[in-house]
Amino acid sequence: MSGTVGAPVSRIEGLSKVTGEARYAADFPLAGLAHGWIVQSTIARGRVESVDAGAALQMPGVLAVVTATNAMRLQDVDDGELLVLQDQQVHYRGQTVALVVGDTLEQARAAADGLPVEYQAEPHDVLLSASHPRLFAPDHVNPNLPTDTLTGDVEAGLAGAAVTVDHTYSTPAEHNNPMEPHATTAFWDGDRLTVYDSNQGATRVHQALVRLFGLEDSAVRVVSEHVGGGFGSKGGARSQAVLAAMAARMLGRPIRVVLSRKQLFSLVGYRTPTIQRVRLGSDRGGRLVALDHQVVEQTSTVYEFAEQTAVFSRVMYATPNLSTSHRLVALDVPTPRWMRAPGEAPGSFAVESAMDELAEACGVDPIELRIRNEPVTEPEGGRPFSSRNLIACLREGASRFRWAERDPRPGTRRDGQWLMGTGVAASTYPARSAPSTASVSAQEDGSFIVRLTAADIGTGARTALTQVAADELQVPMDKVEVRIGDSDFGPAMIAGGSMGMASWGWVVVKACRQLIADIDRCGGVPDDGLVARADTADDIAAQADLVRHSFGAQFAEVRVDVDTGEIRVPRLLGVFAAGRIVNAKTARSQLIGGMTMGLSMALFEESLMDAEFGDYLNHDFAGYHIAANADVQRIDATWIDEEDDQLNPLGVKGIGEIGIVGTAAAIANAVYHATGQRQRHLPIRPDRVLSP
Amino acid sequence: MKEFGYERPAHPTDALAMIAGVAGARFLGGGTNLVDLMKLGVETPAVLIDVTALPYDFVTDDADGGLRVGSGTRNSDLAAHLAVRRRYPALAQAVLAGASGQLRNMATVGGNLLQRTRCPYFQDVTKPCNKRVPDSGCPARDGEHHNLAILGGSDLCIATNPSDMAVALAAFDAVVFVEEPAGPRAVPIADFYRLPADEPQRETTLEPGALITAVALPALPWAANSRYRKARERASYSFAIGSVAVALDVADGMVRDVRIALGAVAPIPWRAYRAEQSLRGQPATEVAFREAADAELEWAQPLRDNRYKVPLVRNLMVRTLIELVQAS
Repeated sequence: MSGTVGAPVSRIEGLSKVTGEARYAADFPLAGLAHGWIVQSTIARGRVESVDAGAALQMPGVLAVVTATNAMRLQDVDDGELLVLQDQQVHYRGQTVALVVGDTLEQARAAADGLPVEYQAEPHDVLLSASHPRLFAPDHVNPNLPTDTLTGDVEAGLAGAAVTVDHTYSTPAEHNNPMEPHATTAFWDGDRLTVYDSNQGATRVHQALVRLFGLEDSAVRVVSEHVGGGFGSKGGARSQAVLAAMAARMLGRPIRVVLSRKQLFSLVGYRTPTIQRVRLGSDRGGRLVALDHQVVEQTSTVYEFAEQTAVFSRVMYATPNLSTSHRLVALDVPTPRWMRAPGEAPGSFAVESAMDELAEACGVDPIELRIRNEPVTEPEGGRPFSSRNLIACLREGASRFRWAERDPRPGTRRDGQWLMGTGVAASTYPARSAPSTASVSAQEDGSFIVRLTAADIGTGARTALTQVAADELQVPMDKVEVRIGDSDFGPAMIAGGSMGMASWGWVVVKACRQLIADIDRCGGVPDDGLVARADTADDIAAQADLVRHSFGAQFAEVRVDVDTGEIRVPRLLGVFAAGRIVNAKTARSQLIGGMTMGLSMALFEESLMDAEFGDYLNHDFAGYHIAANADVQRIDATWIDEEDDQLNPLGVKGIGEIGIVGTAAAIANAVYHATGQRQRHLPIRPDRVLSP
Repeated sequence: MKEFGYERPAHPTDALAMIAGVAGARFLGGGTNLVDLMKLGVETPAVLIDVTALPYDFVTDDADGGLRVGSGTRNSDLAAHLAVRRRYPALAQAVLAGASGQLRNMATVGGNLLQRTRCPYFQDVTKPCNKRVPDSGCPARDGEHHNLAILGGSDLCIATNPSDMAVALAAFDAVVFVEEPAGPRAVPIADFYRLPADEPQRETTLEPGALITAVALPALPWAANSRYRKARERASYSFAIGSVAVALDVADGMVRDVRIALGAVAPIPWRAYRAEQSLRGQPATEVAFREAADAELEWAQPLRDNRYKVPLVRNLMVRTLIELVQAS
């Protein structure tokens, strides 16, 4: 073994990225390239009556105005957001109503800006509330989990509890905002479509385009060599890919469609706002006798997306009586989708805040409270855990954070105008693998090429997979080239759900082992090389029925300005148990990146719905605040050694999401400890601290 | 973005001739606000006349002991200037509290004075806004206004002026020098900005085609005891939700003189004359400071979601005054 797995290896493509050599979806130069600009609806519900393209078509460089009346017809798919320009209905403000194509981006945009669109508007309904008359129970919640669960009798448990907590917590709509906006460059070569697309998994985009355009698998190629972030919003095909492919077909030219920052606030997904009622009942020592987690959230009228916000409660704490539920309302709003740690991120804010309230009510230390409620098996369902090291994370974190020195009394520590406090919260995220395929070829010169449709959205996946392959093939890393982001390599899991390494790593290991066996069988690498292919579908189907989760503990120190309500976070610490860590450097970046996003969720991020107009109106980085460097002070993430042989051959659990889970609750709990005022609504803005 | 012409004259007379000669021409400083508004379609100039080649990049001493700052001076240079930091520290602090390092390197003093409100309705051409399109309506009053005005607004407009720099300039009674078609004029900053009243589209008293050439900071020896305090939602690169520029002249525990200006609470940098009046000749105590702040804020007309600004700026005024007493 060359033993690179676990080492802090710098990312392989780093130099090409910082020198500008790495090519993203909008960077590919093509002869005859034209540019599309999306025109968006200015009503939230109704119909497009007419689009007057006459003047636009007379403007210099304008090639076409594609609308529902002249757009290419698409085959039906189950995602209405992809069926762009197929009818005149307007389902939300900001929906695509036309694509203007020009020789240059500026020409297309100038024509798009002045394009006259007449609407027949209808009254819209865009505000989520817990008493909305059209709330319904979805068939399932993302990805395919039960909407409601019930174990025991929660009402009886609560009625008999010595101590109860019953509060409603809310989180706002939040937008993913990757640095690279969604972008596609598309061209047709005869009947074969090629798209350079920014996504988290070319396989899904490939599948969507195959269906929408009624093509054979082999007639579509999706290339996504480098991707500048996604955070869930690039998890599947987005409409810019469809528009680019459609316009390229209609005009017989390569077309590029790039979204603006503002357009990302309506066209690519976001995290639904949530309203969460949490009821806890316990004995005087804080041992839970009942936990009830009721979630209300929104979807659009175009596509049903039900965030799995309450699933956090199904795995966290032992209690004989446990119920969880999700209710949805379809509003005239853009479609919410995945955003980093869908489900667990908002769900953990509510439950981990409520646990802090219970600790306070019982007079039990918040860490001790969690230890007292540690389950032996999955609280909902009773299946065994493959491994569960929450307590180890809490104890390691408590030691590093000097938790033992903490005075539990709230609102008592002051330094000048600053009130100071500390808080803790627990984290979890599922550790799953999904079927993938890969090939590994042995070259005559002793090097190897791995091919699979993985995506590196800035995580370091390409580098980590190179480490994995090098170790399996027992060669140095520079003898292995990992090629990713090309649907021609065959189907593979997306970079999502923290499943990338657990899926791609598995199939790379399997393909490499197959290749070694083939080389042994052939007595060496033949002159024309040797290729091994692998598919993990059967291996994953054969896995034992266990609960596989990563766990973690988040610690925060805050300072709250008594005069202004401003909050600063001088210290954040996360300790995680996430199986084997493949690359210590990029893993740490993933974890502190997630924690930073959690800090941002706690204090800043909030998409404001405009009730009158029906759009998210703070649609830029001046209005939608994301943590700046100055907001992130001492931040550290670490992990405990965890071996789990029930996961995958690498023993990895995935680290893409867990960093954000629990961070907001840890900060909110620290704000309570500092001020004595509980903050149950995110973000904890200064005005909310000053006027609770 | 609409196509536009671009000129970069080297002489003020050329700049003035250009702006007078072309309908829809606009002066361009650092471009950190105007270019953004052009991208949004809020501004659609036919020609941009870049004034950064004009001889207005300077900071010099005035004969009366004051300081004169050229309108083309970059915000970074202004904030770093030793005389500014020593004699008008609140101004240096205000500039440094604004925007980001990159933006401050570009933004000019003249452009900063003329930056437009960040009200989300003003910036979205698909929505009504009385400032952008007179008589089209103001959705902010019933809509999103958590960072809009509690003082000086009208039924037609509750926009806030976003500048940090201008708050400090207001406290120091700065004078803005302009070249107008009728000739040069010196405009005290108190007369430079207009409250919206029934014409929110008119934000300053400048004539069309006016060119800002310099800003004078009158001599004020006790301005050395001044501070700018800004509250904001994140620690950097964020507009104020409330700010104060305060200068205090205190002797024997009594307030001899004081200057207070407030930011992010009004359509203009808000000089707190009532608070100042209430404090002059009074003991420099927290009680007096609170009374002074209340004297100003009793005129506040907060709306549903911006009530917090009242305690916020009250606390900022009181705290900053206390700090300045301790510093004297």
